[in-house]
Amino acid sequence: MGKYILRRILYAIPIAFGVSVVCFALVYIAPGDPLQTVVPPDATAETIEVVKHAYGFDKPIPVQFVIWLGHVLTGDFGTSIATRRPVILEVSEALANTSLLALFAVPIAFFTGYTMGAVAGSFPGRWIDRLVTGAAVVGVSLPNYWLGIVLVIVFAVESLWLPATGMGPSGSAGFDILEWSNAKFLILPVVTLAMIPVGVIARTTRAAVAEMRNQDFVQTLRAKGLTEWAVARHVLKNAMPPVLAVMGLQFGYLLGGSILVETVFTWPGSGFLLSKAIINRDVPVLQGTILTLAMIFVAVNLIVDLLQSVIDPRIRRG
Amino acid sequence: MPDTAALDARLDLADEQAPPATRVRGYWQSVAYRLWHDPLTLAFATVVILVVLAAIFAPLLAPFDPYKESIVGRLKPFGWRGHLLGTDELGRDMLSRLLFGGRVSLMMGVVPVLTAMLIGGLLGIVAGFVGGWVNTAIMRTMDVFYAFPSVLLAVAIAGAMGGGTANGMLALTLVFIPPLCRVAETATTQVRGLDFVEAARASGAGTAAIIRYHVLGNVLGPVFIYASSLVSVSILLASGLSFLGLGVRPPVPDWGLMLSTLRQSIYVVPSVCALPGLAIFVTSICFNLVSDGLRAAMDVRM
Repeated sequence: MGKYILRRILYAIPIAFGVSVVCFALVYIAPGDPLQTVVPPDATAETIEVVKHAYGFDKPIPVQFVIWLGHVLTGDFGTSIATRRPVILEVSEALANTSLLALFAVPIAFFTGYTMGAVAGSFPGRWIDRLVTGAAVVGVSLPNYWLGIVLVIVFAVESLWLPATGMGPSGSAGFDILEWSNAKFLILPVVTLAMIPVGVIARTTRAAVAEMRNQDFVQTLRAKGLTEWAVARHVLKNAMPPVLAVMGLQFGYLLGGSILVETVFTWPGSGFLLSKAIINRDVPVLQGTILTLAMIFVAVNLIVDLLQSVIDPRIRRG
Repeated sequence: MPDTAALDARLDLADEQAPPATRVRGYWQSVAYRLWHDPLTLAFATVVILVVLAAIFAPLLAPFDPYKESIVGRLKPFGWRGHLLGTDELGRDMLSRLLFGGRVSLMMGVVPVLTAMLIGGLLGIVAGFVGGWVNTAIMRTMDVFYAFPSVLLAVAIAGAMGGGTANGMLALTLVFIPPLCRVAETATTQVRGLDFVEAARASGAGTAAIIRYHVLGNVLGPVFIYASSLVSVSILLASGLSFLGLGVRPPVPDWGLMLSTLRQSIYVVPSVCALPGLAIFVTSICFNLVSDGLRAAMDVRM
């Protein structure tokens, strides 16, 4: 067990390194001189020289990378062009707001998707299976930002039940989740975000459960006289590993999808920060946010793999 | 020889099952047969074809000039003065813009997938067939790109390069290369170890001939099916990029961009504002279901 964990963690290190290389390269695939992305267009030649030296743009690229990596590892992601604040502050504040959404959206999505898939897989070919399979295809093909807009139209424009955008009533200091006037701002973004992974999770669970039900051990359990409920418990437990693997990936899609969903709801999270950075051509913020989100994704996949190996010991030997 | 005996037994069984008069169908014939007997897939394929035709013949079908603005006719509801689907925030005809918008959206859905299928497929076949350190180098590089959620990677690349249709398509191509490469690599590695490849090599076939006749035939199916399932993802991602201002530049009509600019007007004409998203949704779901139908008909397992 310890050996597997160690091997899996060691495997994650080159991936994390590669991810940081890609994020570092983002500044260089930007059109024009990378310097143009960090100095204002009206800067004097003198300023440009100073900045060039400060950022180390006068050194060879591999050296620049090592310097950059050193900064990143010590928590220095550079300075935002738009706000002149350290990127790390911007990203961590935004990430806290996204985490608030994810805290609700992830359990809702996983529970809904797993229940849908488990029910459909337990009654293959029946109407409930067809209903769930149809709903899953709709979920997979739905542009979530459009779903957000439609939800706003229904619940905020036509009926005024819920607030359309933002995080808390204007002028409110801080976000108090226990206050209904604050909490109701969460509902639409959370529902929209949760819709992203539901379809895929339901599909995967359905396939895994349906396959498990055909295994010999299920026959044995029935022959032993177990109730259908007890059999279902065994089936669901054994169908868990592939579903867990997909959930890790889907968590990433949820994080990625937050870019569009947060833009629709002007929710001040990491996705909204990213879309603001794109509009302002704020490359340091773009780079810092993407690096942080990608690293979270790498970590989540690592955790999911380890969880899988705890549930299903066969994976460790693979 | 037990092997021959088993084979003979199987042949006997096949003879018993098939009536002697029926001709044996070829692979593509049986795929076509299965598709023809799958009315749902046929129906969705019809919708896909209609959407494609509508986009191709947009100049003939559009009742108005999609760029013609009107100050008095802004944000009008369905059916206002001959504008069947209303008008947008600059008074342009929605139906015409939706028809023309399909061109860009479909192109951004299909072109990146096709390009990625070529590049990713080739890389995967090379990685799978050559093996060794070449495989390690290619597949570990792909793993790095896999470590990004697809939306995030597309936004990162398109965002850094500054948006635009070409950059958007390039970003999407880069997003789709790793998964297609992985599918091609898995299929190639499986085929490479099979006996008939060994037999071909023993009978003197060169690498090129083996790849051409034995590998490609077994790899193209899974790669094609996987790519077809990516078209719907690509349409969603492309319109997402346009929605963020990273795809098509205004005033060119594009479904994602239209959705983004009309978002400000949901309080005036909500139903008109929801239309571009509906177009994206319908196109994406139809591509998805056609891909599912093709997968079943071609009997590809992944």
